Amino acid sequence: MLKFNTMKNTKSILWLACMLLVFLSCRKEDSFIPEEQEQLPPDPTVELKGFYLLNEANMGSNKSSLDYYDFSSGVYRKNIYNEANPNATLGLGDVGNDIKIYGSRLYVVVNMSDKVEVLESKTAKRIGQINIPNCRYITFYKNKAYVTAYDGYVSVVDTTSLKEEKQIVVGKQPEEMAVVGAKLYVANSGGYNYPNYERTVSVIDLNTLTEVKRIDVAINLHRLKADQYGDLYVTSRGDYYNIPSNLFVIDTKTDQIKKIFNLAASNIAIHNDEAYLYSVEWNNNTGSNAISYAKINVKDETIINKNFITDGTDKTIVIPYGIAVNPVNNDVYVTDARDYVSPGILYCFDKEGKKKFSVTTGDIPAHLVFLNK
Amino acid sequence: MIIKHLAQRGIMQFFIGTSIFWIALLCPNFLWAQVDTVKVNQLKDVQINQLRISKQHLSPTPLQVLSGLELQRLNALSIADAIRYFSGVQVKDYGGIAGLKTINVRSMGSNHTAVFYDGVQLGNAQNGQVDLGKYTLDNVAELLLTSGQRSELLQPAKAFASASALYIKTKVPAFLNKNQNISADVKTGSFGLVNTAVLYEQKINKRLAFNLNAAFLNANGKYKYRYTNGYYDTTVVRTNADIYSFRLEGGAFGQGADSSQWNVKLYKYRSERGIPGAIVSNKFDFSQRQWDDNSFVQAHYENNPNRRYNISLNAKYANDYTRYNDPTIKSDKGALNNIYKQQEWYLSVANVYQMKPYLHFAFSADYSYQNLDANLEYFAYPSRSTGLFVLAGKYFKKRFEFQTNVLATVINEEVKTLSSAGNRTEYTPAAMFSWQPFQSPNFRLKGFYKSIFRMPTFNDLYYTFIGNTNLRPEYTKQYDLGFNYNTHSSHGSLKNFSVQTDVYYNQVKDKIVAVPTLNLFRWTMLNLDAVSIKGLETNIKTLWLINEFEFSTNLNYTFEKALDVTKTGFTYRNQIPYIPVHSGSFTGSITHSRYSFNYSFIYTGERYSQKANIPVNYVKPYYTHDLSIGGYFGSHQNYKVNVEINNLLNQYYDVVLNYPMPGRNFRITLSAKI
Repeated sequence: MLKFNTMKNTKSILWLACMLLVFLSCRKEDSFIPEEQEQLPPDPTVELKGFYLLNEANMGSNKSSLDYYDFSSGVYRKNIYNEANPNATLGLGDVGNDIKIYGSRLYVVVNMSDKVEVLESKTAKRIGQINIPNCRYITFYKNKAYVTAYDGYVSVVDTTSLKEEKQIVVGKQPEEMAVVGAKLYVANSGGYNYPNYERTVSVIDLNTLTEVKRIDVAINLHRLKADQYGDLYVTSRGDYYNIPSNLFVIDTKTDQIKKIFNLAASNIAIHNDEAYLYSVEWNNNTGSNAISYAKINVKDETIINKNFITDGTDKTIVIPYGIAVNPVNNDVYVTDARDYVSPGILYCFDKEGKKKFSVTTGDIPAHLVFLNK
Repeated sequence: MIIKHLAQRGIMQFFIGTSIFWIALLCPNFLWAQVDTVKVNQLKDVQINQLRISKQHLSPTPLQVLSGLELQRLNALSIADAIRYFSGVQVKDYGGIAGLKTINVRSMGSNHTAVFYDGVQLGNAQNGQVDLGKYTLDNVAELLLTSGQRSELLQPAKAFASASALYIKTKVPAFLNKNQNISADVKTGSFGLVNTAVLYEQKINKRLAFNLNAAFLNANGKYKYRYTNGYYDTTVVRTNADIYSFRLEGGAFGQGADSSQWNVKLYKYRSERGIPGAIVSNKFDFSQRQWDDNSFVQAHYENNPNRRYNISLNAKYANDYTRYNDPTIKSDKGALNNIYKQQEWYLSVANVYQMKPYLHFAFSADYSYQNLDANLEYFAYPSRSTGLFVLAGKYFKKRFEFQTNVLATVINEEVKTLSSAGNRTEYTPAAMFSWQPFQSPNFRLKGFYKSIFRMPTFNDLYYTFIGNTNLRPEYTKQYDLGFNYNTHSSHGSLKNFSVQTDVYYNQVKDKIVAVPTLNLFRWTMLNLDAVSIKGLETNIKTLWLINEFEFSTNLNYTFEKALDVTKTGFTYRNQIPYIPVHSGSFTGSITHSRYSFNYSFIYTGERYSQKANIPVNYVKPYYTHDLSIGGYFGSHQNYKVNVEINNLLNQYYDVVLNYPMPGRNFRITLSAKI
């Protein structure tokens, strides 16, 4: 009699365990993360449709994302790629490093996913992708896209077929590029080769698609932007140790350095006669980052001021990571990547340097591109 | 290789899975022939169980033990697999057989758990982590986890010097009626696994024995994994996850005429493995590789434990070599090829003086010297001398025990180039108690307080461009209160029932985190974060003997709220990454005569992959069911066959985001003993 009861008890315990299993079989359904929207002040007078913000996100997180702001409605849409392209396997990818619009298409260079995503510029819907290992920046000239790849070449891609047609060998670990006339200038960093960094800007003849010369500038070159006067503004990242970052100007008529600013520079945005820049330098003595801003007159290469943010908001920016200028109303956008592992913030300043709005973005907000109407 | 298939609900799988329960329920009606030795073995199990439980029951600090049969039944290939069944533990597993697996106890961080191998700490001054996936279980007799520290007084100062500790004890030679034992086992199964191990034990005379253990493991590491968002659905095979490893261990064990004991051990481990990276869009293949070569020799001596004055000596020399190769990062020198060499010398003297039968005092002193050599540019070549000194006192009667100690840590660091972190001295206290409030010894109340830190690792301090020599130690404070309830009964079918429950409050201060500087390539380490942890852990164990069947169950549950309370942070009061609020495990086994059936279940609740608790960082909960069936054969029950099916319901999950874990997999083990 007793034996039978204990047997029954054991059975009921096993029954309970089974039922527990049923309840625990509840995991959320797999789905994509929908976009989030936030209402910001609109600007319907601006002759632009909107802008895209590319968030890099940390390496290995696969969380690079795309945000979009519409000028007429003022709606800021966060993380729009997945909802626009739910079938894209594993989403936009890992570390979006550059974003540009050419014709009716939006090109996103996704560095650690070894691809350039090609989307419709008005809807962000996917058209295709171009596979380029360790790709960094993109620029365009006469229906061809030029993409720098860290293995030491510029990939020439036909924008109609999206197929790579040629690889032009440049320096090691090339970064940003700019087209001036019929020449393509490429900043070479040599970042994998420290302490023997690269020092040159490669010059490519776009008619023959070959590298014709290299201009010796400084170590570890990164940003390269052209002004309307045919000058190139090039930043050097320094060696993170004794040699600080710096800003150089190259005259493309002579392909020679025409000015060395001796100003710390991490990133620069140029519009008409003005260039806005910021720098982040780690100071071993204070154990913190030293952040500085500057505004430059690109016509005569002089520094206009050492802080274009005039209302004190710069004190709240932890790590500036991206900078852009609205080509229509001269608003300046600065992004804050904060600690790299949490959502960042996008700030918009008017041309007097006063904050217009700020909004929380994805991780490491970095690159802006404006969409025309 | 990409195979696309339709997304389907797992209802069918659930019924297949639980059908095994129906079979188990029917089994008891089947009676095998009665054999007296079966009862004897079962009673032995009960006794061993009682011994283990009393160690746990009396300990003022929380103690969890996995040993013997219970450890073997866990379907675990490595120590990392087995420790998931401890409460309060999160194992960060990067997937597959070769993937890195580290232990994190009570959310304080993996650098706060010291791992001891036969009483001596496995050091890693370089990054402070021990990859528990490297240690297979074939030579392991016992795993013991304690929060705070063990309450033994006679232990090296290092045993007092971490927030929690995992003790790995290897098999000690034991001879029944002969002078030698040989056992061998072969494992094979999924992932192209072949694992063979041989243990040879030889008795020289009644005071001297030695053993030799060799193990060889080879696996291609391939497994299918699946990612879906309800629209895209892709199944891929994990590649570059292969591993080849070889281990050789030998030991000499001696006993003096005065009942003192000594042993000397040698250990050698070599491996080559692929390092499969994070799965991101468009990137499924990797080419990074790693080679490891670890050796150590350690010696231990202790005098007759029945003396009034006890002394225990430990000494160790360890040499570790790691090579990491990355063909995707090319410089003028070719592919990235980092080589790290570490050495450690260690000496420990522990003394206990039994002033009165109820009052013992201890003084332990440890000295260790570690250095790191690497082929990195601008490398500092650091070395660190550590002196640890403990003064402890223990007052204990049958119903009450109180212990307190203070640990002094003296550190001196030197570098060959650049600047060193200099010298440091820290004093940290701990106190614990255990109290039997009622007449019955079945219930005991206990608790502890401990303040301890971990030193920044060599990587934190000196890694080129990233290290920061101004780093302070990372401090933890632990407050714990708990109880143990334990009953045995020699009549009735429930033989043992025990409950261990603890509530705790931990604080982590000056947590060392990577902080961005110039850009994504350049970070630095700072003492920045603070964490506040409130948790509850409970373990419930039962053991039943019904007819000829032995049933044992083990249920673990952990509740943990580990919040980021960094004042200048951006995620104040968010749960810190990879700590689930709820987690637990259940194991149940049925043994009869020569056969046993085992079921294990692990549940890890939802968590976040980064600091901000937002949808894009949400990681789904996961749970796996493992089954195994085993049996002994042969006239002396010296052959064993064990079949395991793991992750029975084929759940695809990530422990660490973008590092997928295997789905359903199996393993067969054949063992022989002579």
